[in-house]
Amino acid sequence: MLIANAIVTRDLTLALRRRSRVLQPLIFTLICVSLFPLALGAEVNLMKRIAPGVFWVIALLSTQLTLENLFQSDYEDGSLEQWLLAPYSLPLLIATKVLAHWLISALPLILMAPLIGVLLGMSAPIIYALMLTLLLGTPVLSLVGAIGAALTVTQRRGGVLLSLLVLPLYIPVLIFATTALEQAAAGLSYAPHLYLLGALATLALTLAPFAAAAALRIALE
Amino acid sequence: MFNLLHRLSSPPSFFAFAGRALPWLLGGALLLIAAGCYQGLVVAPADYQQGDSYRIMFVHVPSAWMSLFIYMVMAAAGAIALVWRIKLAEVIASASAPIGASFTFLTLVTGALWGKPMWGAWWVWDARLTSELILLFLYLGYMGLESAIPDKRSAARATAILALVGSVNIPIIHFSVEWWNTLHQGATVTKLGAPSIHPSMLLPLLLMAVGFKLFYFANLLVRARCQMLEREQRSHWVSTLIKEAA
Amino acid sequence: MDSFLHMGGYAFYVWTSYALALVVLSLNWILPRRALHKRWHALLRREQSSTGKAA
Repeated sequence: MLIANAIVTRDLTLALRRRSRVLQPLIFTLICVSLFPLALGAEVNLMKRIAPGVFWVIALLSTQLTLENLFQSDYEDGSLEQWLLAPYSLPLLIATKVLAHWLISALPLILMAPLIGVLLGMSAPIIYALMLTLLLGTPVLSLVGAIGAALTVTQRRGGVLLSLLVLPLYIPVLIFATTALEQAAAGLSYAPHLYLLGALATLALTLAPFAAAAALRIALE
Repeated sequence: MFNLLHRLSSPPSFFAFAGRALPWLLGGALLLIAAGCYQGLVVAPADYQQGDSYRIMFVHVPSAWMSLFIYMVMAAAGAIALVWRIKLAEVIASASAPIGASFTFLTLVTGALWGKPMWGAWWVWDARLTSELILLFLYLGYMGLESAIPDKRSAARATAILALVGSVNIPIIHFSVEWWNTLHQGATVTKLGAPSIHPSMLLPLLLMAVGFKLFYFANLLVRARCQMLEREQRSHWVSTLIKEAA
Repeated sequence: MDSFLHMGGYAFYVWTSYALALVVLSLNWILPRRALHKRWHALLRREQSSTGKAA
């Protein structure tokens, strides 16, 4: 656990030192969200209908943008190879790495959700539901993304390939989250959707670190 | 049995075996497909609801089955390649990908051609078509990753992981898309659900399905032979083979 | 025969589907076949030129 703590602290410190890396995905999200009313017209009913979908699609894209950095700098400075030799379990190291990534990239997004919700004309209960779906859904995005990032870590410009690999796998999360928000907007219970998202998160948490570990070993062979 | 498999999995004996099996597989495939076309286009009566357009089913449904089947083959071969590092399994997985992708493509296009007269639109976001489209993305991702890694052996291992992750995901994707579809479209698209199948329609369907499967195996053998030659071009057995031929 | 080709008014859809299936299957057959042939002959040529040098 000590090592996990050390990794998270190190990554957070690095992120705080290079604040632009944390801020840029947020700004990207903000800009993308504001493009939609400009493109479609800011009619209130339309906004209400498309807002959850728009927000979630952009959340997928911005997570995917930050994924490239997940192992890249560690690969370049050689610390990734040290990991393979280290006497710790690699899946555990990856899980902590993903946790740090989630804290840096997804948590700010969740905290910013109310602001964006207001911009898109969401009401308070919907914003609450949005934050719940993000809380359960973004860990899946980070975990599944870690597999893709591990597979493409040696690629110099792996960004597009990474999105090709990872975005199709994100579709279930997108569907469950946005249908939950639709139910919420209709005033219906969305608990089943949250359970499904929770199930996906559990599944991803148990399997993805192992898959990503295997992928990293292959990439660095 | 295991011994036989073991011997077969060595590149030279596979190469020879593939050469011998090829004409039989291809012949069988062509025969079955021809029979299936005859049964499907000529013998089977027109559907009372869909008229003659339902005959597209005899291409569409078997290729949809193949698209899933081939992905499962890739995942299984990938798992074998990861665990036992058998070259043949690596080659089978990588040679399957383009065939699977082309069956997926065929499914999508024939789906559109069937959809136009039935739904009045080339593309409808029907659950099955949507899952098939996502499957095409998975195939493209697989092939993209494979071509991005220059070393064949590590490419095979990396894509094996991707195929395994994909095969865990396919049921989830399928379930989520079905769920999404029932929420959004209701009962408008149930028309395409298999029209309670008459035996005269089942026969061509099965003929085509088995024919496509044999075609896949034949095609796989050609592609696998080609990849074997490429990967093993410096090995002893290839040079003896070439010397004999020269 | 005419009514067979006509396919109850769905001729375009039915025949395009079958034609596309034919195209996809034959491409799948011809391209790898060609690649195999090419590789085989490249290896043969390499062999012949190397033995030629040795002799």
